[in-house]
Amino acid sequence: MDYAIEMIGITKTFPGVIANDNVTLEVAPQEVHALLGENGAGKSTLMSILFGAYNADSGTIRIHGKEVNIKDPNVATEIGIGMVHQHFKLVHNYTVTENIVLGMEPKNRFGMLEIAKAERRVAALSEKYKLEVDPKALVENITVGSQQRVEILKTLYRDANIIIFDEPTAVLTPQEIDELIEIIRRLRAEGKTIVLITHKLKEIKAVADRCTVLRRGKYIGTVDVADVTEQHLAEMMVGRAVEFEIEKAPANIGDVVLSIQNLSVADGTGHLKVKNLSVDVHRGEIVGIAGVDGNGQTELLYGLSGLAPVAEGTILLDGHDITHATIRERIELGLGHIPEDRQRHGLVSDFPISENCALKNYYLSPYSSKYGLLDYEKMEEDAEQLITQFDIRAGRGAKTLAGSLSGGNQQKVIVAREIHLSPHVLLVAQPTRGLDVGAIEYIRHRILAERDKGRAILLVSFELDEIMNLCDRIATISKGSIVGIFNQHEVTEREIGMMMAGSKREGGEA
Amino acid sequence: MSARKSQESLTTRLLGSDGAVSVLVVLLGFLVGTILVSLVGRNPLNMYKAIMQALSGFNIDNGKMNVRYIGETLNYSVPFILCGFSMAFAARAGLFNIGGEGQYIMGMTIAQVIGLLGPTVGTLHWVLAIIGAMIIGAFWGGIVGILKAKYEVSEVVSTIMLNYVALYLSRIICLQLPGATTYKTANYPETALLQNSLFRTITNNSMLNNGFFLMIIAVVVYWFIMEKTNLGFGLRATGFNREAARCSGIPVVKSIAISMAIAGAFAGLAGGIVALGSFRYGRVLSGMDNYGFNGIAVALVGNNTAIGTMLAGFLFGLLKNSQALMQGKQIPKEITFIIQGLIVVFIALRSAIAIYFAWRNKRQLQKEVLAK
Repeated sequence: MDYAIEMIGITKTFPGVIANDNVTLEVAPQEVHALLGENGAGKSTLMSILFGAYNADSGTIRIHGKEVNIKDPNVATEIGIGMVHQHFKLVHNYTVTENIVLGMEPKNRFGMLEIAKAERRVAALSEKYKLEVDPKALVENITVGSQQRVEILKTLYRDANIIIFDEPTAVLTPQEIDELIEIIRRLRAEGKTIVLITHKLKEIKAVADRCTVLRRGKYIGTVDVADVTEQHLAEMMVGRAVEFEIEKAPANIGDVVLSIQNLSVADGTGHLKVKNLSVDVHRGEIVGIAGVDGNGQTELLYGLSGLAPVAEGTILLDGHDITHATIRERIELGLGHIPEDRQRHGLVSDFPISENCALKNYYLSPYSSKYGLLDYEKMEEDAEQLITQFDIRAGRGAKTLAGSLSGGNQQKVIVAREIHLSPHVLLVAQPTRGLDVGAIEYIRHRILAERDKGRAILLVSFELDEIMNLCDRIATISKGSIVGIFNQHEVTEREIGMMMAGSKREGGEA
Repeated sequence: MSARKSQESLTTRLLGSDGAVSVLVVLLGFLVGTILVSLVGRNPLNMYKAIMQALSGFNIDNGKMNVRYIGETLNYSVPFILCGFSMAFAARAGLFNIGGEGQYIMGMTIAQVIGLLGPTVGTLHWVLAIIGAMIIGAFWGGIVGILKAKYEVSEVVSTIMLNYVALYLSRIICLQLPGATTYKTANYPETALLQNSLFRTITNNSMLNNGFFLMIIAVVVYWFIMEKTNLGFGLRATGFNREAARCSGIPVVKSIAISMAIAGAFAGLAGGIVALGSFRYGRVLSGMDNYGFNGIAVALVGNNTAIGTMLAGFLFGLLKNSQALMQGKQIPKEITFIIQGLIVVFIALRSAIAIYFAWRNKRQLQKEVLAK
């Protein structure tokens, strides 16, 4: 029997990095094959080579036993490979059908667009694979889950029989994830071959037949999913034993430090994204905000940190009204912020680590004299200490430019700065996104240590696992409002998922 | 192997350094300029003789020395350097100040007004005129800064517009001054002039004047603000990443307004120095002097650093002073503009060098991988 996909000895280098080093991937027809690895392990590169977005430096690709040269995505489409990207490539003000036919629009012999014909075909496909979408709806009006179905339909419309899913669950609620898993099973039953790029072990156990593991660009092995445990997969991925649950001491909860009362915040276009939201954070606890991306988390953090004006409501920090305070006033009152977008808000990448560590208090003693003269040596001295203390891997010590650090080390610089400033309240957004397992463990432990020192921490994350593990109290946000607040062990992941989708739990103190 | 590696990292480091790239780019500009001169059938050696003479005062053809050329080169450099700082200061805060010309014109205009109408008290007179020039320059730049910071008005558009406002406003004002004709006003009183008798003596009657001292002070001030003060720290952070600066509590709006005002003060100072140092009468401008625009190129070549911009300004002053000498040697003076233009083009190609290195690294890596 021929494999559906054979990628043999694939090597691909980028300046300074070997993204794929002699990697082999063999996928049988009609199987769901998971491609597992940490961020930066080379999964996406490998699939981009298969899809024709990159060309390999060496290696062979065979599709159904035939050697092919996939020099661009058009070739990939021709030989029946489709890809569902992590970040959807959809035109928002086009209808579902228009998006699906984009690039291969059906025309009659006068060159006129025959959209009705296309709509019929889309409807038929969506019927066949039970991919519920309205062919005439505008993409901007449908849910993220439906948008993903549009992406899947796009590949089916192009007669793909090999479909690559790139981190498909990152943007979905737990319920939508269940639906997606159903869809993937159905696609397999209809004879499609599926490659699933992911770093989530649970999903692999749920849907995949076999799994290929990559680590730092190298092929580690291929296993039958049924034969291995999640623990085993994790060890293959990371290369050492991994702890899943974080041990934490019981919270020692004190007074309210951050009090958010009836807060409303608008986004850049003037729409209210946070509506009438209230939550209190006490000394010595971590309050988690669970929710699907785009439900007002970003605007909540902007409103709290001062990056966006507050439309209505009050924010109290240690009893001070900071609703309309400047960002610097908030920082001076003890508000720390580990921002969601670390490149954009967290670091000046052309500054060395030392200056990034002093970014919030450079104008104060000991860095600045009374007359505004800076002591760069003192900055470097302090930064060197933080580098040791937080295990930041930097080639040239405090003088290393922040932009030249890896993502995990950049995040460590930010965490080090915020913790070093010893704020009373720490706003933490997506602290582990895009980091490798080692850095994730480290940063989670640091956050817990801050809690144990008696800081009040508000954690926003789209990783439900992270929220469930770290937080003492969990607040679920949907459409800009808190749907329910629960203590850590009083709620299950499923219930949180239901609330993330907008429904309230009976008896919840919403 | 390791020896080759360290050698290679040296060239990599050299080409990675902005200063080295600027020198390389200047050399390239001259090289292409030399080829062009040969192509039109002139002897490029004459071009270098003219430049040598403007630089050292030494005439190779007849072996005579005239220090006056040195003085003139330095004097020509002053406005280039200051206008370079005008561009560079704003650039360090992330702004593109095309308004150096307008700020320069306004500074010149106010210096002329005070020069003709101010109190005729020795020293005080010209000091007052120079301070006036800096204040109006700061105002002219500050308007742009406030518009940008508060209302997100693109500084590129507003500075270009204000250049024209400055030009015609300057004409209106200067035409009201004593003894104004369509192109000049009456002569200044002696007390308004920046001339320095010591400089005149040692440089054989060149125009070199007190403006040179002011320029040196400006270099120090520029370096000091940028590298040593917390104002400079905030400006640099704003320039590199405005959002991160804002998120860290740096008052970005204030930073932007202040940086444009200081940038304008530099250009205004240039205008004041040219008005009272290089002329004995006020000018009614009919066109722009282009120092402000050339300042953009000067700052680009100088990488927006204090010393780099100063050196680049000297280069531009040198080329300007050698123009007349070139014409005397049958070299079209336009070649200096061509060289300046080429230098800017090559500076813009800096990223090409980066791309070349990325490509070379990649090939190297591939070789290592395949060898394994």
